[in-house]
Amino acid sequence: MTAGSKGAVQSWGSAFASARGSGGPPKPWRRRLAGPEGFSLKTFVFSVILLMGAIIGLQIARERQTNSIEPDERLLYVRSGPLLEKVSLSYDAVMADVYWIRTLQHYGGTRLSKKTDKRYDLLYPLLDITTSLDPKFAIAYRFGAIFLAEGYPDGPGRPDQAIELLKKGMRAQPQKWQYLHDAGFIYYWWLEDFRSAAEWFDRASRVPGSPWWLKPLTATTMAQGGDRASSRLLWQQMLEAADNDWLRQNATLRLAQLIALDHLDQLSALVARYKSSTGHLPSSWEILVGARLLSQAPIDPAGVPYHLDPATGAVELAEKSPLHPLPAHLRRH
Amino acid sequence: MRVVREIALHVFKESVRDRVPYTLVFFAVLLMATSYLLGQLTAGQEVKIIKDLGLAATSLIGLFIAIFIGIGLVSKEVERRSIYNLLSKPVSRRQVVLGKYLGLVLTLLVNISVMVAALYGVLAYFWFVSDPSVKAGWETPALDPALMVASGLIFVELALITALALVFSTFSSPLLSAALTFGLFIVGHFNADLKRFDQIVASRPVAYLARALYYLLPNLTLFDVKAEVVHGYHVPATAVVSAVGYAAAYIAVLVATSVFIFERRDFK
Repeated sequence: MTAGSKGAVQSWGSAFASARGSGGPPKPWRRRLAGPEGFSLKTFVFSVILLMGAIIGLQIARERQTNSIEPDERLLYVRSGPLLEKVSLSYDAVMADVYWIRTLQHYGGTRLSKKTDKRYDLLYPLLDITTSLDPKFAIAYRFGAIFLAEGYPDGPGRPDQAIELLKKGMRAQPQKWQYLHDAGFIYYWWLEDFRSAAEWFDRASRVPGSPWWLKPLTATTMAQGGDRASSRLLWQQMLEAADNDWLRQNATLRLAQLIALDHLDQLSALVARYKSSTGHLPSSWEILVGARLLSQAPIDPAGVPYHLDPATGAVELAEKSPLHPLPAHLRRH
Repeated sequence: MRVVREIALHVFKESVRDRVPYTLVFFAVLLMATSYLLGQLTAGQEVKIIKDLGLAATSLIGLFIAIFIGIGLVSKEVERRSIYNLLSKPVSRRQVVLGKYLGLVLTLLVNISVMVAALYGVLAYFWFVSDPSVKAGWETPALDPALMVASGLIFVELALITALALVFSTFSSPLLSAALTFGLFIVGHFNADLKRFDQIVASRPVAYLARALYYLLPNLTLFDVKAEVVHGYHVPATAVVSAVGYAAAYIAVLVATSVFIFERRDFK
């Protein structure tokens, strides 16, 4: 041992001694915490804080340097639901919850990410595993179908997988009319196949305990599927039947979109009227307010002003509006 | 009977002194508090997830108590040589086995009761703070009395596992006993597959053997009604009564086997 290292040892020794020596005989709890060599509590706590600081600092430094080796979020080691159900023993329901949380994180994280190539590759496998682990997990089928059907980039745009998931739910719980109704909704809203939608609504209406309004919904969908009135009826019933805040918010948003579509028609008519009377297009909403065609600049149901293109006279929903984008199939041109 | 009660109380006090149940109960309470945090991430499924997590934690922690204390019930006395002291008193070996078993069952009962009370506490909090519109979306009420059925059957299952650990404890080392008991716990959840073995093997003798094992090995799936209760499905009284009857008969066989082995064991 060199003289320098001896000195260092001596100074550590005296540091421990001074920490030990002060304040008379140690209290019993302190004595219990002290090691055989009398390693004082103060030194111990100080050392732990110092070392933990070093550990966290190193971790942060490493993360800054090596972003590229972050684990791939799109990794799913086991894809077989039945296998996971077996190995979970009697803890399959809690495992289903874990996979459900993972599903929400995958969907929400991808949807909100700023990436241009959003990939929802794991959404269906995660939902399949969740519902295999807990076949009665109704929300996983219902939300899962909504997530899967949602058009890209807000979702994977896979109504086929959504229907598949709902059919799995129907096999597990044939008494749940909601799955049949949701399948009809996907045919209506995303696939625009109103005949199939009406068939699913009809099947839902035949399930014992299903609500009365499924029958008129079936008739309306069959007669005038695709127009705004029947869409409004569909979403209004969805809102009233929703047993969950998320479903309620979704239905409220869609109803607001339908109101915005009506607004756009009315505003386009006003612009056309102004043009026919003056011979030119209005350059802003203020011109229409000045002409007493409007009382104020129009705003959508979310409170965002509508956009008026002075060059073409086209009235559009602002891109920053929470209602954007509006369902294309219900636009009138 | 008084002797059995004294031994049982001694086992209970010893397990409390061991501090292991305290740590595990603390863990259960902590887990339930964590479930509250998890509930924030689950799109309106807080109550379901808290129930799932609470019941799973109760079952898992009870399993650890049953196995890790159960395997030492007899073997620890032999290792410490305190068995000589115990048997020198006017106590029969049968009373020792029975008392030790009932003592651990009492420990489990107290622990499970604390965990279930904590679970109801977390659920009561949710019930109290949630809007009526949120409550309307719950599959079952937060303070659903049916949770008692699920936790009651968890207790019955753990009493059976304790009896298994006791049998192994009478003739085997703690490590081997733990491995065997845990192995049977896993088999107990898989043995429905043994019944259907004839569908995957061509050999009839193997299929018969599998069928025989299905009936002989403990069928622990009978006690698992957690998912049904959480989703609000009715658990028929006959299913509960038959599961309890099955467990009682199985436990009687296992305790009798423990007594049989222990009475013939030579400690010299």
